[in-house]
Amino acid sequence: MITRSSDEVPRVTLLKRFPIPKNFGVSTESRIEPGRTWPAPKGAVRTKRLEVYRYDPDSGENPRIDSYEVDLDDCGPMVLDALIWIKNRVDSTLTFRRSCREGVCGSCAMNIDGTNWLACTRFISDLATSAAIYPLANMRIIKDLVPDQTHLFAQHRLIEPWLRVKTPDPERERLQSLEDRRKLDGLYECILCFCCTSGCPSHWWNGDRFLGPAVLLQANRWLVDSRDEATGERLDDLEDPFRLYRCHTILNCTRTCPKGLNPGKAIAEIKKMLIERRS
Amino acid sequence: MITVSSRRPRPLSPNIQIYRPQLTSVLSIANRITGLALSVYAVGLVILLVAAAAGPGSYATLHSFIRSWVGQVLLFGCTFCFFLHFCGGIRHLAWDAGYGFSLRAIYTSGWAVVAVSMALTVVTWVAGIVLAGYSR
Repeated sequence: MITRSSDEVPRVTLLKRFPIPKNFGVSTESRIEPGRTWPAPKGAVRTKRLEVYRYDPDSGENPRIDSYEVDLDDCGPMVLDALIWIKNRVDSTLTFRRSCREGVCGSCAMNIDGTNWLACTRFISDLATSAAIYPLANMRIIKDLVPDQTHLFAQHRLIEPWLRVKTPDPERERLQSLEDRRKLDGLYECILCFCCTSGCPSHWWNGDRFLGPAVLLQANRWLVDSRDEATGERLDDLEDPFRLYRCHTILNCTRTCPKGLNPGKAIAEIKKMLIERRS
Repeated sequence: MITVSSRRPRPLSPNIQIYRPQLTSVLSIANRITGLALSVYAVGLVILLVAAAAGPGSYATLHSFIRSWVGQVLLFGCTFCFFLHFCGGIRHLAWDAGYGFSLRAIYTSGWAVVAVSMALTVVTWVAGIVLAGYSR
């Protein structure tokens, strides 16, 4: 009941989804239709049913949900292993991003059983009986589980995620004390997987102008960096009713971060900085 | 979003339709909904005061509505909305000061808000029934 870290899987489910119709408020091109069911592999003893969101941009059809039965004795323990197994053995058209397979690159971020996480660090045994695999929530889908993250990276560019200095470059490094370096812990480890941003209801409703938890975490990373000299300008850019203040402390971001970071806390620190500089 | 007019727009992946309701999002929307409900109940409070000021006849009409099962359910709902919004508001004040952002603190304070508001509702109603000398 009391979740201590974001990698804990809930043991009790009262509600799997909010009690609204499946295709509620969804535009015609986004309506999900029932798809095909792929047969279980012959001779498989332990199987897992995965219901995967599919979308083929070349077919002209709407997205659909395909059901696969994965042979658990033939594939690795993680959801990414199951998806690779499906791609190798059953349906090679299944498309998804993946790279490091160890939870450090952020490519395989997707919505697994209702929450955003990295497929390579989610155990198949932690899934529900019939697991639902969807792409990251509220994203334009290029194909199957691959979202278009162009606007998210554009929002990241907006906060100027680099060192802004006026003093000339020193001969060697710009020095930083140990305490100042510790302030960056919990901020620099972000892998920009965008699990948090695509799980933020405020970003769902105002994603065009609200920056979202990932970008604001990075904004805090640069605000808190002792070597950065543009703190005032950065805060000026953030002080906007939409860019920062659409955050209503819903805290889905902190709950879902696959790296255990705390974007909610970082955003609260930015808000505190803005209040403190008024006095 | 990249769309070419000759090509159909890319579909949007489902958001609230498939995202799991968690304590974080559920309490947040409950805070908003109870706030909205309390605004409506504020109008009800005005109706109560106007009926009381207008004299014993009109107040008796309103009082009989409140005594009916519909009125009692609405009154119970009002009490619960008030306490949930109140406890949620205190949680928000703590967050604004920067406290309670660890995931453990978020979940502990969240369940505390639910438990305390339910307890306060029950205590208020028991106290009200005892003090008013409830008669059917």
